[in-house]
Amino acid sequence: MILKRLGVSVFVLLAVSLLVFVFTLLLPGDPAQAILGQQATPERLAALREQLQLNDPWYVRYLTWLGGLFVGNLGTSAATGGSVNALLASKVSASLVLMVIAAVIAIPVGLLLGTWSAMRQGRASDQALTGLSLVLAALPEFVIGVVLTTLLSTTVFRLLPSVTMAAPGTHVWDRPLQLVLPSLTLILVVVPYMIRMTRTTMIDVLDSGYVEMARLKGLPERQVVFKHALPHAVGPVAQVVAMQLAWLAGGIVVVEFLFRYPGLGQAMVDAVNTRDVQVVQALSMIIAAFYVVVNLIADVIGILANPKLRTESHS
Amino acid sequence: MSAQDRTSHPPRQTRGTSAASDVVVAEDALAAGDGAGGGLGAATGSGDAGTAPDFDHSESRGDARPASFARRVLSQPVAKLGFVLTGIVLVLAVLGPFVVPAWTGHTPNSFAGKPFQGGVFGTDNLGRDVLSRFLAGGWRLLLYSALATVLGVGLGAVLGMLAAFRGGWLDALIMRCGDVLLAIPQLVFALLAVTVLGPQGWVLVLVIGVTHAPRVARVIRAATAGVVAEDYVLASQMYAVPQWKILTRDVVPNIMGPLMVEVGLRLTYSIGAVASLSFLGLGMQPPTPDWGLMINENRIALSLQPWGVILPVLAIAVLTVGTNLIADAVAGASAGRVASTGPRRSRRRAAEQAASNGAESPAGGTGSAGGTGRADGAGRSSSADAAGAADVGDTGEKRS
Repeated sequence: MILKRLGVSVFVLLAVSLLVFVFTLLLPGDPAQAILGQQATPERLAALREQLQLNDPWYVRYLTWLGGLFVGNLGTSAATGGSVNALLASKVSASLVLMVIAAVIAIPVGLLLGTWSAMRQGRASDQALTGLSLVLAALPEFVIGVVLTTLLSTTVFRLLPSVTMAAPGTHVWDRPLQLVLPSLTLILVVVPYMIRMTRTTMIDVLDSGYVEMARLKGLPERQVVFKHALPHAVGPVAQVVAMQLAWLAGGIVVVEFLFRYPGLGQAMVDAVNTRDVQVVQALSMIIAAFYVVVNLIADVIGILANPKLRTESHS
Repeated sequence: MSAQDRTSHPPRQTRGTSAASDVVVAEDALAAGDGAGGGLGAATGSGDAGTAPDFDHSESRGDARPASFARRVLSQPVAKLGFVLTGIVLVLAVLGPFVVPAWTGHTPNSFAGKPFQGGVFGTDNLGRDVLSRFLAGGWRLLLYSALATVLGVGLGAVLGMLAAFRGGWLDALIMRCGDVLLAIPQLVFALLAVTVLGPQGWVLVLVIGVTHAPRVARVIRAATAGVVAEDYVLASQMYAVPQWKILTRDVVPNIMGPLMVEVGLRLTYSIGAVASLSFLGLGMQPPTPDWGLMINENRIALSLQPWGVILPVLAIAVLTVGTNLIADAVAGASAGRVASTGPRRSRRRAAEQAASNGAESPAGGTGSAGGTGRADGAGRSSSADAAGAADVGDTGEKRS
């Protein structure tokens, strides 16, 4: 079953690559012209077209591009003429740092608050938390980011840097303070969903027969919650966590742009502005691949956390 | 969320696939909302006296329900707050453009003074009046979001209903295509389209609408699957009523609950998406007065003259929170959890009962793959998903 799930993931990724590639065909104008500019001689244009394989039929170009993806060659940037790999290499780690920080803080916070909220169902603290998460869930990420900047960086308190400084050759994490606002924004965007899902799942589990049984046996509430209830909530919650992590991959676009954070998202916006299709394609594929992998992991966790499905996979 | 396995697996596996929450959400919302499944409706009603009178059993007409449904939505304080918040911003954005030169003394694009000066709300980065631009800058965002929502929900609903109604290869094709689209985050897909087609209004509407469609289709497909097995649909089919007529007369009125939830949610996310794109400088283009764009233009002087950022941020925040509250209230009303205490428990019991009833209670028993003869354990796990998902359906799958 896990293998089948894996096959589906590969199929989806291939289809995504086709979809992403089709967009280049829609592009008006000539990439070679875009790289060389208006003053290019026809000979040079022809040479570059040959070099970029623009004369080949679309399926040959697709297969070449796809083959390149497999060996880690993301193509040539139309804006700079350089390789996309070199352009993105340093940014991948910067974005990963941000996402890992956000995930490492958001997941436990979301699960704990959700569980806590479920245990206090109907009380004032639960209702306040539910209301707050409903409000936060509605806000676009840049709104949260701007509000945080206003509160913590510029207008009310001036505690944290609102833009990221990274001189060439240095890493963003050399100055940890500048990571605070971007990751805090991501956390605040992601956590409400985790709280809500954990809360509803836990409320449901706490209402079930086996929890009632455990309580009737006289087990302490802590043991009931963490030993009997929580494992049953893992499957559905893993789905939401995965969704949120996958969302982080897209959400970094806005957040990195807002805080001028030199990561993949910023690179994406820059590439869109210069209409650098190769880079946008490569980034879309990276993000889609991340999404598919995270979802795959969540489904595997879901299978492993559910005894029924787990045993089925052996039969 | 990827739901690659959904169509090909028997229902007891849905929990392992990521589709579980979506699939069952609508099922649950639908079942509790119109009380179609005998055991389910009765159980929900008995558990929650407040909503019991609303479960009339004449829902195939669909004429008595809208009023009571609207009342059920409005009976929640959350909904009232949502409508007030949305209304305020709506009035501002719609009437704003008409009062601009007269009230504020400046047109949105005329220069009122030096950049980032004081005043009521001061001037922006080019010295234009912030208040004028703010008042004139909302309607496009609203229009584009509304159009994208209509397109997305319309397309998604049609595809979802077709998938559930026809089944077979068409179902598989529609849902698989949706899965592929879902693998690219909405914003990333929009950026891809903007790169190629340019930042024009129709591109924004089209791309956001299209990316909504698979998410809507998934929910509507599950909702329709619960209705299609109903006796009145079977009866219509027996009388050889044309398919489009069955869909519009029998199916649509019975999936109104999930459909309205989708409208509210997709509107919230459309507003966020359009505003985000403008904020990135890839939506509305200067010198158009637009809230998202204003934030982008004026954020460099946030410490000097914050109003150019704060006003639009506030408006977008109030608007999205308002629409989300409405969507939440609609979800609550259609899932039968109107009162703040009690119904959750009863709803779960109801779902459980319906699931164990199996074939007799169509709304609860028929999963996406027609779950007759479901084991009790499977029913239980799916009802757990259902109750959890009823809440998350409205929020959880935003970021899919």
